Amino acid sequence: MHELSLARALLTQLAAEAERHAFARVLRVKLAIGALGHVDPDALAFAFEVASKGTLAAGAALDIERVAGAAHCLGCGADVAVHGRGDFCPKCGGGHLVVTGGEDMKIRELEVA
Amino acid sequence: MCGTCGCPSHQAGGAGRAEDPERGRVITLERDLLAANDAVAARNRERLAAADTLAVNLMAGPGAGKTTLLVATITALAGGVPVAVVEGDQATDLDAARIRATGVPARQITTGKACHLDAAMIARALDDGIAPAHGVLFVENVGNLVCPAGFDLGEAAKVVVASVPEGDDKPLKYPDIFAAADLVLVNKCDLLAHVAFDLERFTAAARRLAPAVAVLAVSATSGAGLGVWLDWLARRRARLHAAA
Repeated sequence: MHELSLARALLTQLAAEAERHAFARVLRVKLAIGALGHVDPDALAFAFEVASKGTLAAGAALDIERVAGAAHCLGCGADVAVHGRGDFCPKCGGGHLVVTGGEDMKIRELEVA
Repeated sequence: MCGTCGCPSHQAGGAGRAEDPERGRVITLERDLLAANDAVAARNRERLAAADTLAVNLMAGPGAGKTTLLVATITALAGGVPVAVVEGDQATDLDAARIRATGVPARQITTGKACHLDAAMIARALDDGIAPAHGVLFVENVGNLVCPAGFDLGEAAKVVVASVPEGDDKPLKYPDIFAAADLVLVNKCDLLAHVAFDLERFTAAARRLAPAVAVLAVSATSGAGLGVWLDWLARRRARLHAAA
């Protein structure tokens, strides 16, 4: 359950932003989570709901944008879309793909008041 | 006032969504969720490089033989290379005691409920002077093939230790951690004759996740393959030293 650690890391960043930008409440948090990131979005949403109680982000909406996985095939040289680690190349069937995208765990923006 | 959690904006039954008619202002961040951890990890990496200390993050499931492998490695390096160990476990200092019995310093971090080490824990161990100058700092992560994958500690290399009795399907079952590996050790290779474990199949699976990764079969108890592992450590120390 490292999603709880991630939720706490998010809340720490929100508290720091609240000081910098002088806001009292977070209404919405927009995250970008890659298909190949080290996080389960549903588990993160649950952890955030629990961990944010009593904080400036209590009740804030969590919008999670899913970023598709992308990889470069060392076999045929194609840049391809992948759904998970260990996927085979959809073009040549090769098994040696270097991940090039979709590992994001990013805070895109906040809506605050 | 919300009837679910008491917050001013949350509507009862709103399933955690803010239904506030008031629109707030938008702040664009585009920042990594783990930016704070990554900043501490970068600082750890600088401190370790300045001390010419090779830090190796050892990650494995419980029972793969990380500590036994460390004891064998420390014994082999004895007298030649300064070594220290940071041990991560949810509870007890049993592993640190095993390391200290070899005569090298060990710092036990008990994480309580946490399932992985993070960069701040390593920073505190560095503050205590655990890193041996011109030597190797082994960090034995919490026994877990999932969570440690996502947390940079500031190490120079991530080494995943798998073991023969765990089965040759582990890379594909726990892809994130194998994808992050700079080296994979397959421990307990003395059991290959007794267990249905296909080393070629394991290696092929690991390379689907990390195409360039080296996979070494070792046995901490028989000593098989340890020479190749020690050579790998020596090369990584030389590379770190050359970069300084």
